Amino acid sequence: MVSFKMNKRYYSRAMVNKILLHIFFVFLGGHLIFLAPAYSRDYDYINVTNPFLKKTPVAVTDFKPFNGNAQEINIGKTAKAILKEALDFTGYLKIMNPVAFLSNPAESGIQLGEINFRDWTAIGADLLITGGIIETDGKITLKLRLFDTFNAKLLVGKIYTGPESQVRQMIHFFCSEISYQLTGKWGIFNSKIAFVSTVNGNKEIFSCDFDGRNIKQVTRHKSISLSPSWSSDGQWLAYVSYAKGKPDIFIKNIEEKRGSIINYKGMNISPDWMPGQQKLAAALSFSGDQEIYLLSIKGEIIKRVTNSWGIDVSPKFSPDGKKIVFTSKRAGTPQIYIKDLESKNAQRITFKGKNNTSPAWSPDGRKIVYVGIEENNIDIFVMDINSGMPVQLTMNAGDNEDPSWSPDGSMLTFTSTREAGVSRIFVMNASGSDPRRLLRLAGKQTQPDWSK
Amino acid sequence: MKKRVWVNLVMAILVAGLFLTASCAKKTIVSDATTIEDQEKAKLEADAKAAAEAAAKAKADQITQQKLEDEIAREKAQKAARILAAKQLFENQDIHFEYDSSDLSEIAKAGLKEKAAWLKNNVSSMITIEGHCDERGTTEYNLALGDRRANTAKNYLVNLGVSASRLNTISYGEEKPLDSAMTEAAYKINRRAHFVIN
Repeated sequence: MVSFKMNKRYYSRAMVNKILLHIFFVFLGGHLIFLAPAYSRDYDYINVTNPFLKKTPVAVTDFKPFNGNAQEINIGKTAKAILKEALDFTGYLKIMNPVAFLSNPAESGIQLGEINFRDWTAIGADLLITGGIIETDGKITLKLRLFDTFNAKLLVGKIYTGPESQVRQMIHFFCSEISYQLTGKWGIFNSKIAFVSTVNGNKEIFSCDFDGRNIKQVTRHKSISLSPSWSSDGQWLAYVSYAKGKPDIFIKNIEEKRGSIINYKGMNISPDWMPGQQKLAAALSFSGDQEIYLLSIKGEIIKRVTNSWGIDVSPKFSPDGKKIVFTSKRAGTPQIYIKDLESKNAQRITFKGKNNTSPAWSPDGRKIVYVGIEENNIDIFVMDINSGMPVQLTMNAGDNEDPSWSPDGSMLTFTSTREAGVSRIFVMNASGSDPRRLLRLAGKQTQPDWSK
Repeated sequence: MKKRVWVNLVMAILVAGLFLTASCAKKTIVSDATTIEDQEKAKLEADAKAAAEAAAKAKADQITQQKLEDEIAREKAQKAARILAAKQLFENQDIHFEYDSSDLSEIAKAGLKEKAAWLKNNVSSMITIEGHCDERGTTEYNLALGDRRANTAKNYLVNLGVSASRLNTISYGEEKPLDSAMTEAAYKINRRAHFVIN
């Protein structure tokens, strides 16, 4: 367990989040039961952005069918597959091959006291996950546990109940618990990715789950729709569309049929939501110059944020909502700047290269990811704000654009033409490792935006 | 009896005289008829000639008229073609830009002067200036750059005396490339301000 260190600083926040999550489950119509013993947090998080991170091996065992009927066995298999796929997606866990397993908790028992941890340490499993499934009157109950094998300790124990259709969601909630236990962050498992696709001919906005599944078409403008942006509660999408003949910002509630359009004269583009607020930053050109404004959800101008002749575009808020990072051509070439919303001065942060655009602030507030173009090579770079040192994350693999952070900062989604020269959506770890295609759709996919 | 002879003689003389007169008269009549025929013939010929001449003249006139009409039509067509060509040139001749630039080159300025001339000859036309970019660079930055290109072209036309109210602008960024090849030649034609008559 070399990657885990002692730390207790997440105690109180963890408890608060537990309670919040409990309330959440009540809403879902499910039940949440805390299993004994009341867990204590003895582990520091896995530093998910460490580029030298070694993947932690985890053994995921067969789910125990409590009544032993065929339905339990089948749903158990499906649930286990969803669990393995989700954990594998994180990029910091290595799912072990079950051929090596020395015991079978589905038969010998899935609780603490029934598990022989030496069977698991012997094969190098740092973590063990057991599962049980009970089916009663069409309702599924999942009993899920995460163990630290070296310390023979239960780290997470959860019981979820709901209809079969919610199994995927239940597994993802459990994954969030695992993530929180191991990394101090709730992770990506309940997040969504919005993107632009030409699968039906025109550029329309789509959304999918964090793993590229559950693809849904959001817009049907039959026009050009671009630049989706999630509000921090995931309830709203802002995007740009030519549906009314020119680039305007559309604001759409995901659940309900309401929204608004921001359509000042000229262009209305690159919306980004202020964290925790129903306010947006966007670039408008009604003045004849492309400047960044702070807007209400209805499109009223709260204030003008930038004030320099030349292009100012692509604002993205800092996680605390006090600053924006944006692209400006004020010095002759497009470069990345940071500006406090309250102060007048903007600070330039990129000095290498003649074309740096499309910035995004990391969820921990420390880094900026952006796109740099050199000699027709379009690649993604990340910069630690304090050190100012850019690190190139993509190289020699087509054009790479539109980087967006996962909510826990462990991953990035982006657009790449590395496969057959066609724009497609990829994910990679924040260090640039493990790039992989997110989803398979016909046409071109661009501009992914990962929900907060 | 003698008296009866005289009467007969006189009668004979009279009859002869009558005959003579009659034959003389007949001769005159014959002679007159010949003249009339000639005259009629001549008149007919003259008429025919006149008609022919008139027809010829009419035909000649008609040809002239046709020629004139043709010429007018041709000129009209030529004029229409010239107007159409000017219009097409106005719409098809794009103003081009350097990479990542919205500055106007001398060629671009010359092109805009032609646009201004056309706009002054077509005062009722309202136009839209579209700003476009090559596909290098990010979607959002290129939308802003296209906006800037369209505005730069508009401002130059306004400085040349075209009313700003006739000039609408729109940016398409990199959304509508003319050539989607990834070559310098394609990039070059895609970096453009395009003019559309509304």
